[in-house]
Amino acid sequence: MKSFTILIVDDSAAMRSLLVSTLETLGNLSIVQAPNGFEALRMLPREQVDLVLTDINMPDINGLELLSFIRNNPIYKDVPVVVISTEGSRKDIEKGLSLGANEYLVKPFQPEQLLEIVKRFL
Amino acid sequence: MSSSSVPSSDAARDFLAEAEEIVEELSTQLADLADMAEKGAWEPDLLNAIFRGAHSLKGLAGMFGFGMIAEVAHHAENLLDWLRMGKVSLSTAVLELLFSSAELLTTLLRACVDGTLEQHQAAATAHAAAITAYLNPVTPVAEAPLLEQLGLSESLMGALTEYEEHRLKENCSKGRHIYVVHASFELTTFDQGLSQVTDILKGCGEVISTLPSVGENLETHIDFDLLVGSDRDEHAFAELLKDLDVTILVAGGTTAANQPETAIPGTEAAKPAETVAAVLEKTAIPVALPVSEAVPASPEEPLTAKSMSRTVRVDIGKLDELMNIVGELVLAHSSISSIANRMRAEGFSRMAIDLGKAAKGLERRLTDLQKGVMDIRMIPVGQLYEKMSRIVRKISREQGKKIELKMYGAETELDKLIVEDIADPLMHIIRNAIDHGIESPERRLAAGKDERGTVRLSSFQKGNHVVIEVEDDGGGIDIQKIKQKALSKGLVQDINGMTDREALDLIFLPGFSTADKITDVSGRGVGMDVVRNNIAAVSGMVDIDTRLGQGSRFTIVLPITLAIIKALIIFCAGRTYAIPITSVVESIILEPSDIKTVEGKEVINLREQTLALLRLERLFKIDRIGINPGDQYVVIVGSAEKRLGIVVDDLLGQQDIVIKPLGAAFKSLRGISGAADLGDQRTILVMDAGGIIAETMRGGGA
Repeated sequence: MKSFTILIVDDSAAMRSLLVSTLETLGNLSIVQAPNGFEALRMLPREQVDLVLTDINMPDINGLELLSFIRNNPIYKDVPVVVISTEGSRKDIEKGLSLGANEYLVKPFQPEQLLEIVKRFL
Repeated sequence: MSSSSVPSSDAARDFLAEAEEIVEELSTQLADLADMAEKGAWEPDLLNAIFRGAHSLKGLAGMFGFGMIAEVAHHAENLLDWLRMGKVSLSTAVLELLFSSAELLTTLLRACVDGTLEQHQAAATAHAAAITAYLNPVTPVAEAPLLEQLGLSESLMGALTEYEEHRLKENCSKGRHIYVVHASFELTTFDQGLSQVTDILKGCGEVISTLPSVGENLETHIDFDLLVGSDRDEHAFAELLKDLDVTILVAGGTTAANQPETAIPGTEAAKPAETVAAVLEKTAIPVALPVSEAVPASPEEPLTAKSMSRTVRVDIGKLDELMNIVGELVLAHSSISSIANRMRAEGFSRMAIDLGKAAKGLERRLTDLQKGVMDIRMIPVGQLYEKMSRIVRKISREQGKKIELKMYGAETELDKLIVEDIADPLMHIIRNAIDHGIESPERRLAAGKDERGTVRLSSFQKGNHVVIEVEDDGGGIDIQKIKQKALSKGLVQDINGMTDREALDLIFLPGFSTADKITDVSGRGVGMDVVRNNIAAVSGMVDIDTRLGQGSRFTIVLPITLAIIKALIIFCAGRTYAIPITSVVESIILEPSDIKTVEGKEVINLREQTLALLRLERLFKIDRIGINPGDQYVVIVGSAEKRLGIVVDDLLGQQDIVIKPLGAAFKSLRGISGAADLGDQRTILVMDAGGIIAETMRGGGA
């Protein structure tokens, strides 16, 4: 049986490893990471992604653009997306929700908040 | 401040490494921004990148529980956000505030390492207050142009971040034409195609947003809509992109696809308020204007799934470990070789030869491995240059001096650890060059020089070492003044008969400072003695050259790596030592009859020059009784101008050694920089030639 695959998109390596180490506590997960929107676009066709966690503020292709692509693409449109950003980028988070983000997380968040959200999609 | 629990040390290390990178990048970009602002115009992209840096840092610091850093980054981010959104303008005061934010962040990150973060609370609070004082919009934000009339698709508009929307408005109100460039690329190679298009677009305007979209062949292709603001009218714009397989949409335009000639180039975008009605009347739907026939994507492009980011970040400690293992392998190899030799001597010829061959093969591979591991440690000194150029800009701003920093040889590679350790001494030398060397613009003009002073920073590899030179075209060092100063400070008793070179060396004495008044720049309690000690700590040497009225040159000679260095192994008074080959000029046989005594010191004449001799047994206070030296050698160490002959009993040859520090107990030991394993279970001391020369010149040693 294929394990549940989560794609983490964040340009911060430290942030990615923090997310990974938190998610790993859930066990049987396959986690793939992309350091930017480009790499995420590449990974989508390669990996069978079941959930996307994306930062919003990234160079070149940002989280909203990635989200919009996912929602408009018949192949990926049903993949749940969680957008992550800081307080102060509320407007961007709202935009994310109107673009079809399933959930959002405001940095800084506690590990439990992340786990609680991710568990809903497992 | 910090609400969450203390993060694990691994996570903290991750955070610090990345945070440091962000702040460094931030400072460089700020300096660039300051440069651009000085010239009157700055790139919105640059400002946004700076904003993003502060934003990322805030998020990171918050996540990792460094509340104070998150707070400071947050305030800087706020100011940057107002700037990029056009709510405050980029004044000198705002720039200073941003520079001080970057500096404070650097300080705080360092304090994280030292565990002294709490001491900076007051500074952080003051910083927050200083920034908050700026965040009061005096003038209400100008009424933004309506974006609806551009007729951009909902999916495009919906994915714009707040900032991108702002940029779109900015472009409209500047009267720029807004285009949507649509391109389709093969899924496997889209990044190359996209960056080609983006580069061209950036050359003629601003890429406001890059939206991936879904095209006809969604299994194999990925499409992009690039939202662009440009001064070029649509014909010029189309001309520019004519070789690319793209479609251009003129936003808010009235152009019809079949009559492009009649189009009035995008004046609608220029004066949106007046044309809203007209546009709405006609059509709100943008009309596609195909610029070129579709050219099939080059089929020979190889499929690639490789990641765009091709670097890994590795703790240098891991490389040290690897290097140690390589060193041990080398030792293991030499025991295998010697077994092979012994076997051959005892007559197991066939097997001995095979073993010998295998050992040779192993040796070759080991050499490759060693080289490979060393290569990983190498980084271009250009990374240092960036830091230095920031410092130069900062100091010249503070001092009102005009300075041009010329940099050469940024690609020269050095061991990462050396680059780190050399940063502070190099910074100090450059500070000195600006503070004491380069004159004020008025004085320069009076002296018939260009009012803009020049500091030349150059690096190059010379044999087994790397040379870094800092040269200025300032006033030079006044040698008489130095002598007087040293005398008045009681650093020397007698200045009569002192050569210029010896006088220049006084600068490196502890407690020496030539500045008449201590300025903010150089007078930070760090003397040139510290500079020299820090350079010696990485087995390097520093030398000065100066011409009064014309400038000075500081030359730093460094080994390429500390991990493995070549050393001359010498034998003296029953003991074996290593001298780093970087410090060895030459070795000669000592003719006892050549030795003369000048002022109680032994010297010889070498090619018309007097060379002072040093006897190691005296320096290290070894008892030589019962050991007959027989023929002796002189190992000449130092640089062209400052030499010393070390008398030794025998030269045992050259060898690669790994220098290991001696530990705190031996820190005060003069003339020794560490220890090394020789491979035959023997550990020997490694001599610090620079330190020995300094010691001898000061009248210590021989």
